Amino acid sequence: MKKILAILFILLVASTLIFASGAKEDEKIELDFWTWRTEDVDFYDKVIKLYQERNPNVVVNQLAYKNTEYNSILMAALQGGEGPDVFMGRAYGGLYTISSSGFAVAMDDKIDLSKYNKNTLEGSMNIDDKKHYGVPALSQVIFCYYNKRVYDELGLSIPKTFSEFKDNLAKTQKAGYIGLANGSKDAWTVETLMGGVGPNFYGANDFYYQMLEGKKNFLDKDFIKAIEAIKELTPYMPKLYNGVGYSDMQSSFFNEKAAHMIGGSYEAGNFSKNNPDLEFGIFAIPSREGGSSVTYYADMNWVVNNNSKKQEAAIDFVKFLASKEVSQMIINDLKMISSTPGVDASSEPFIEEVLNLMKDSTNYIFLVPFRYHQPTGSSLWQNAGQGFLNGTLSAYQAAKSVQDGIASYYKPFQK
Amino acid sequence: MKKDTQRVYWILFFITPALLIVVFFILFPLFLSLINSFFGWKGLSREGFIGFENFKKLLTTFPYNERFSNALSHNFIWFITTMLIQNTLGLFFGYMLSKRIIASDIFKRIFFIPVLFSIVAVGFLWSMYLKSDGLVNLFLEKIGRGDLMQAWLGSEKTATFSIIAVNIWRWIGFPALVFLAAIDNVDESCIQAAYLDGCSEVKIFTRIILPLIVPAITIITVLTVIGSLNVFEQVYVMTDLGGGPNYSTDTIGTLFYRTAFGSVDTGSPEIGIGSAIAVLIYLMTFIISFLSIIVGKKKEVSL
Repeated sequence: MKKILAILFILLVASTLIFASGAKEDEKIELDFWTWRTEDVDFYDKVIKLYQERNPNVVVNQLAYKNTEYNSILMAALQGGEGPDVFMGRAYGGLYTISSSGFAVAMDDKIDLSKYNKNTLEGSMNIDDKKHYGVPALSQVIFCYYNKRVYDELGLSIPKTFSEFKDNLAKTQKAGYIGLANGSKDAWTVETLMGGVGPNFYGANDFYYQMLEGKKNFLDKDFIKAIEAIKELTPYMPKLYNGVGYSDMQSSFFNEKAAHMIGGSYEAGNFSKNNPDLEFGIFAIPSREGGSSVTYYADMNWVVNNNSKKQEAAIDFVKFLASKEVSQMIINDLKMISSTPGVDASSEPFIEEVLNLMKDSTNYIFLVPFRYHQPTGSSLWQNAGQGFLNGTLSAYQAAKSVQDGIASYYKPFQK
Repeated sequence: MKKDTQRVYWILFFITPALLIVVFFILFPLFLSLINSFFGWKGLSREGFIGFENFKKLLTTFPYNERFSNALSHNFIWFITTMLIQNTLGLFFGYMLSKRIIASDIFKRIFFIPVLFSIVAVGFLWSMYLKSDGLVNLFLEKIGRGDLMQAWLGSEKTATFSIIAVNIWRWIGFPALVFLAAIDNVDESCIQAAYLDGCSEVKIFTRIILPLIVPAITIITVLTVIGSLNVFEQVYVMTDLGGGPNYSTDTIGTLFYRTAFGSVDTGSPEIGIGSAIAVLIYLMTFIISFLSIIVGKKKEVSL
């Protein structure tokens, strides 16, 4: 009996050794890759397949979490010292939380970022040490969508001034459409309204950079004019617009009930998906004197986990994600604006149109500089804007509540 | 002696599992948030000990103090309206049901059905009904009262009350059933005797039934206190975490969540201040519930 046991034991040990060495021969590097784009899982599978074909020793596991739950799941994983090797990171303040806690790898000496747009790079920069903790992936622009069929039907043309814009809204409304699809029930869409209407009223980059230095602030008369201009659009919004939420806005536009909608470049894919026959165009909302500035912001970064044990492989995968090849796929398949420099967008007329508008752009006024600390400029304006559109705050009171809130931590405003 | 130790072991045997769960999942996190509230935080990493600085900041510096008092005032509105409308109506329904009027058994079930619904589902459905072009406004238009149409959840004047109304709709069956059980427990012979003495219905209710169901009223009051101080899901589902429009539906629950965890819009988490809010919520819930129990106990009578 003892003999049999001994032989069994030897066999067991021997077999483990054999299997162990066998495993070593074709050991693959496994990378975990997290995204919040549950709707783009197939797309990223395609990208991963391409990468794996060229790097047969690497296996990338994609895991997509629901957009709204992504942040908390990612944070919990990172705090526990784990998490994915490569992940989609937000930009500006959203990424700052991660980078300032030491969970992201600085990319400055890993990938050549010199050709990227300066504004875009701000999205991945940590405001304390000025290093970039991600590679910019996507950019967004805010403008006004219009229904081309309705414009043709009513013989309208793209407005050059704010009064022409209001004329168009009135004419489409008279023809039985909802002039402007926007409402104010969902606070963040009020920020989009400011992003769409504001720049040409408050003076785009001139105001923006002076404001950052504290030479101007949100009580400036031009900024208050921008707030007031938003109110001028309410007669063309749906009835009881303050009870109209985001999904209702979207559906009224893609179902061709509404002729215009102020929104971001991120809407386009969704519009076409829900109504493939919808023909839409875009324009920058002009001020009374004209002007063609649009609001711009970096939206997503590819980030490498600082606690990853396979950083080298992870960085290589990020290089691939940020390559011109994948960027081209992002433009063609996802209809999104890739931040990678020098990608050809001529095959996608919509993207080309957006890139055209982007030539005269200014940073998203609350999202870009004021999403680092609480209370964020975004949340301050979103609420003040709702109060203003509901008629409980005047334009000045709304501006003051934003100004006071930001001044509670922003040094240039405390002078 | 031996019997006593055996008894103790048995008691321990039954209590320990539940006690462990309470300790690990309730007391321990509570203790952690108390500790966290005494430290400074940078993003997700804990820095040095700062004593009561977080509490001071929450209660005295702008904008935290303004947000906190605004949120607390809404919790107060929740408490008052729930007490006045939900619990009074619940008592009325319970009393009516105790009269065993026709189909009272069916009504009992109908009242209780919404209590069983998930709060998220109820909130979601009602936010559809309360949309600008939702069922409620459509109904008002159809009956010729288009002038009453509102952006129920989008207007600062109506948003909180709309959410409270939905919550009352969902929850009223619970107090109604508790009061029904309490009223059913009142000694029938006592009420019969009062009738024979020529007591009016109102007097029987106020002088006999009401004093005898004080324990039930205490329970419902304590639950209302706890519920009102912990309002979160209803607001989260029907408006948003920001307590919009313009903070008009903000409660300390939503304020706590967005302060402590942050979000894409609201910025980096402020775990220290968030923990301070959590500790205050706990303290308030504990103290007010305790007081209601004491007051309730004093009012209790027995036959």
